[in-house]
Amino acid sequence: MSSNSFQIPKLKKADRAPMTDTKVLLIITIAVFLVMYFCAVVFLGKGFTKPQTFFNILNENAALIILSCGMSLVMITGGIDISVGQVTALVCMSCAVHLDYHGGSVFTALLIALGIGLAFGLVQGYLIAYLKIQPFIVTLAGLFFAKGMTTIVNATQFNVENEEFKALKATRITVPGMGSINKTGVYVPAYVEIGVIVALLVVIFLFALLRWTKLGRSFYAVGGNNQSANMLGINVTHTKFMAHLLCGFLAGIGGFVYFMHVGSGSPSHAAGAEMNAIASSIIGGTMLTGGVGNIIGTLFGVLALSTIKNIVSSLGLDEAWWTNITIAAMLCIFLLVQSVVLARKNNKK
Amino acid sequence: MSSNTVKNQRSLGNMAKSVIRKQIFIPIAALFLLVLFNLIADPSFFQISYQPNSEGFNVLSGNIISIIDRASELVILAIGMTLVTSASGGQDISVGATIAIAGSVVLRVLCGSNTRPETLQAPIIVAFLVCAVVSMIFGAFNGVLVSWFKIQPMVATLILFTAGRSIAAWINNNELPVISDPKFAYYGNFIPGIPVPTPVFISILCMIAIALALKFTNLRLYCQSVGINPNSSRLNGINPQMIKFISFVILGLCVAVAGFIKVSRLSTINYSVVAKDIEMDAILAVALGGNALGGGKFNMTASIIGAYVIQFLTTTLYKYDVNSEAISAYKAVVVIILVVLSAPIVREKLGEFKKKIIPSKAVSKEAV
Amino acid sequence: MDNNSVLEMRGICKYFPGVRALQQVDFTLREGEIHALMGENGAGKSTLIKVLTGVYHKDAGEVYLKGSDRPVNIRSPQEAQNIGISTVYQEITLCPNLTVAENMYIGRTKGIFTDWKKINADAGKILNDLGIPAIPGQQLGSCSIAVQQMIAIARAVDMNCKVLILDEPTSSLDEQEVSKLFKLMLDLKKKGVGIIFVTHFLEQVYEVCDRITVLRDGMLVGEYIIEELPRVKLVSKMLGKDFDDMADIKSDSDTEKIDYSETPVYEAKQLAGTTGIKPFDFSIHKGEVNGFTGLLGSGRSECVRAIFGADKVTGGEVLIDGKPVRIKKPLDAMKHGISYLPEDRKRDGIVGDLSVRDNIILALQVMKGFFRPFSRAQAEEFADQYIKLLNIKTASSDTPIKSLSGGNQQKVILARWLLSNPVYLILDEPTRGIDIGTKVEIQKLVLKLAAEGKSVTFISSEIDEMIRTCSRLVVLRDGKVVGELKGDELTQNKIMATIAGGES
Repeated sequence: MSSNSFQIPKLKKADRAPMTDTKVLLIITIAVFLVMYFCAVVFLGKGFTKPQTFFNILNENAALIILSCGMSLVMITGGIDISVGQVTALVCMSCAVHLDYHGGSVFTALLIALGIGLAFGLVQGYLIAYLKIQPFIVTLAGLFFAKGMTTIVNATQFNVENEEFKALKATRITVPGMGSINKTGVYVPAYVEIGVIVALLVVIFLFALLRWTKLGRSFYAVGGNNQSANMLGINVTHTKFMAHLLCGFLAGIGGFVYFMHVGSGSPSHAAGAEMNAIASSIIGGTMLTGGVGNIIGTLFGVLALSTIKNIVSSLGLDEAWWTNITIAAMLCIFLLVQSVVLARKNNKK
Repeated sequence: MSSNTVKNQRSLGNMAKSVIRKQIFIPIAALFLLVLFNLIADPSFFQISYQPNSEGFNVLSGNIISIIDRASELVILAIGMTLVTSASGGQDISVGATIAIAGSVVLRVLCGSNTRPETLQAPIIVAFLVCAVVSMIFGAFNGVLVSWFKIQPMVATLILFTAGRSIAAWINNNELPVISDPKFAYYGNFIPGIPVPTPVFISILCMIAIALALKFTNLRLYCQSVGINPNSSRLNGINPQMIKFISFVILGLCVAVAGFIKVSRLSTINYSVVAKDIEMDAILAVALGGNALGGGKFNMTASIIGAYVIQFLTTTLYKYDVNSEAISAYKAVVVIILVVLSAPIVREKLGEFKKKIIPSKAVSKEAV
Repeated sequence: MDNNSVLEMRGICKYFPGVRALQQVDFTLREGEIHALMGENGAGKSTLIKVLTGVYHKDAGEVYLKGSDRPVNIRSPQEAQNIGISTVYQEITLCPNLTVAENMYIGRTKGIFTDWKKINADAGKILNDLGIPAIPGQQLGSCSIAVQQMIAIARAVDMNCKVLILDEPTSSLDEQEVSKLFKLMLDLKKKGVGIIFVTHFLEQVYEVCDRITVLRDGMLVGEYIIEELPRVKLVSKMLGKDFDDMADIKSDSDTEKIDYSETPVYEAKQLAGTTGIKPFDFSIHKGEVNGFTGLLGSGRSECVRAIFGADKVTGGEVLIDGKPVRIKKPLDAMKHGISYLPEDRKRDGIVGDLSVRDNIILALQVMKGFFRPFSRAQAEEFADQYIKLLNIKTASSDTPIKSLSGGNQQKVILARWLLSNPVYLILDEPTRGIDIGTKVEIQKLVLKLAAEGKSVTFISSEIDEMIRTCSRLVVLRDGKVVGELKGDELTQNKIMATIAGGES
């Protein structure tokens, strides 16, 4: 063939590919978070100008970030996992019992956490992908199972006294170049907990996975249309299995991070975390129908969710119900925005 | 001749297959297994006694009565949930939270501004009607999000799931009203002189109502069509949005009834605990009934039996002193066994397995 | 194995519960030939193809590929791809949420990473080569259906396949796109690729194919060289009977003269919608069969959808029997006696899981009202009546419609609308993707209905069919009515010229 037939057409600006759904939703999320934080800084001042306030949001929500990332993965493949919250509780309780009653080490506790997560991922993944049972039902059973097991392991709350663990829990990592001057005029550097580092590593890892690996792209393909994905030569069953396995594993990691943050075991830990994770994913632009979503969006989804919580509490509306109602309202607004934006985009076609 | 016997066998096999394939087989089999288990483990489980209760009149009591009584709310919710599942292809996870709202409204109306009134501040029927309207409005809210904004049901109802209990608390200024009038307790317990718990009658009324609705309207056809193919339903003159919306409003009404029973049982409310996790049980009931959670065809009877199965299981577990929190672990195991057994793939494999066994039997018979 | 053949299938059998889908079928594909696989619906074409691509697993028989003496066992579409068998299906089997480039490369690149730069560049090259108007980074869902189809073909072409299967690829392409595709097929043929071409369009078979294999009822009828098998013979092989039905049809329509001076049954003045059609005038008289014609995307479906109120109507006036009415939604149209058989049977027509019976009574039931359901016995009676009348092949009226063949599904939808006893029936591509036998039945039915005094608007992408059935044609181009032809003007050449944009 002649060489000029191989020329790639030079794209003019107007000729550029229109944005993908994923990108549109991601941009909305980031914009909303920034606007919200900016408003908080301007109108509420004090607390929000300190870097530590921001880092505390991260500290508080490291586990939620990890859980939400796992949730986004399965949501991108068109599934759902509502067991992650209770798996977190189970991990906390098991680790706590292991450390204090059985005299275990932190390392073995970590292995237990990861093991529990993997086990849930494996079983749920197998049932969903290979036996083709609806994800909602399977993970609902997983939720019930984890909840029951938590009480069976230990029915009451207790704080972990293991020294090694307490040292780990208290470890703070200074953020270079960030800090503020406190009331006595001393410069206090901003810090994050270990969990935040773990969470950020998870975000980076998953972002890379979704963007640049074949497995990651398969998640999108399967979520977009699993029959087509099959025809395109993607092993749909395996892909779904991997998504749920990863989500379970991340629930294990998230559980341990949560444990490091709270330092106790309790049946009521992380109650409702699965719904917060779903909410964060949705606010972050992941669609429950599958095929659309982004890990960076999820990160910002968690941040937006917790910023609004902070704003509500610093407004003096301390009652628990206000937080819930604002989160619900925010979720509502986001869902409407998503639905309107996508509808308009599709109409333009 | 041999071909004839083969034919006979095949038709027998087919009959057995068609029985097993029937949707209603799964919940009934589950119920049967539970009954069998209890019969073997402890036949006294089925004892029903007739003796005076704390109020001093004779009532029926026993595990079976308590199962039928306690399942009432679940049955009522399962009815609405089945319709929502069929039409919208999704589930409403806010029912527990909206039950809290419904109950809170009932108490608010009955108590007025005083949290512990001596007398009822409004007729009970008014309280129920107000609660029904409020619940239907919340149902309509979900319905609007799902049908007109095209948000997936689970996500749309996540909003009320998050906010519902807070709204319930807010309705009564986060106070816990208590109603002392014994008449209010009739609806959740016993009416003096009648030995059967009132919720049983209420649930039966609801079942009759839905049976009549399914018989004398096109609710079934419309819901199923919309659930299976909204496009062609629309081109056949059905308004899919409207049908989805209506299914949510009907569920709202079911929630009102269930919420009313719930507060009547205790004459008070605990916002964070009342009807906790009932949405999960209601969805389970629909799934146990063999209904596709993705929408479309449904079998109402199977859902209702599914609800009783869940309560049967819960009561059985309670009887063996399982901690109320730990119960969910056992429930989960049972649920997994059930859904695995009813999964099409597993059934297919079991079928193949059976095929391998049956011919060998046939051969042995002929040899005899 | 013949040294010339790239693929040989020997004695292929495939059973489904109660059905022998394929019995001892042989099929040979030679290097550099375009081989048509023909047969009515249910003849086993799709089953054979699905066996070949690993979607189904054969129950008996062997498949040989060039370069290997041992039979190959294909267990999944992926395996088929790996050994050089690529398929492009009638329905788009790509993922709408991924980019164009990804859709071309996903599932077939090596390694665990996706090299975006490379796949975008490669995809750009191929798209440019084939003249497909798409950008590699564009989300596939934002392309038109035709372009998506071309991308699917581009994907298959790029896989260096030895065997390319095109399963009804042309049914969503317009003429220009079809000729582009044919050019591509001929190019590939020169390169030695064996192409299996499945289509319902006879003209297209004779335009590009070298050989024809005919299947009927799951069995092989024979393999023929195209020059040796004239059209009529092909059709009779496919139907298994002598074919003269087509000739019968035309004479019927001329017997009835339509009185154009009467008030039209339906009349639209400057009807406008949001789907990209220009306001148009249209009318139909009692007993008339007319049609909309034009290229794919010219707005013919959009016009009838506007008439039925299926899409939003933004302006214009509608008169029924001379009286102005408002049709805003399908139910309005139905109440005025208008019926609409949609173009996309699967998406808009059938309600898949519902029984044949429920599918038949659906429209009439909706018109009767929510609170007045038919009794079971009545519904049964209606269903049985129409199953018999239209000769619908179904196990019982309880069978879910989705398990019927395409032609029978279409008959059920027709039954649905006939049952509602319309005065004006709109049939949008009722013969698409349907075997010839049923096609003829449907065409005859249309003329019979007209003879009974009903008005019918008939749309088909096959001009032959339109000429045979319609007495008047409205021609559309780019969403605009550009002409109206009737009587002697109804010739293939004249229609083509009008569509193409000559003076009208």
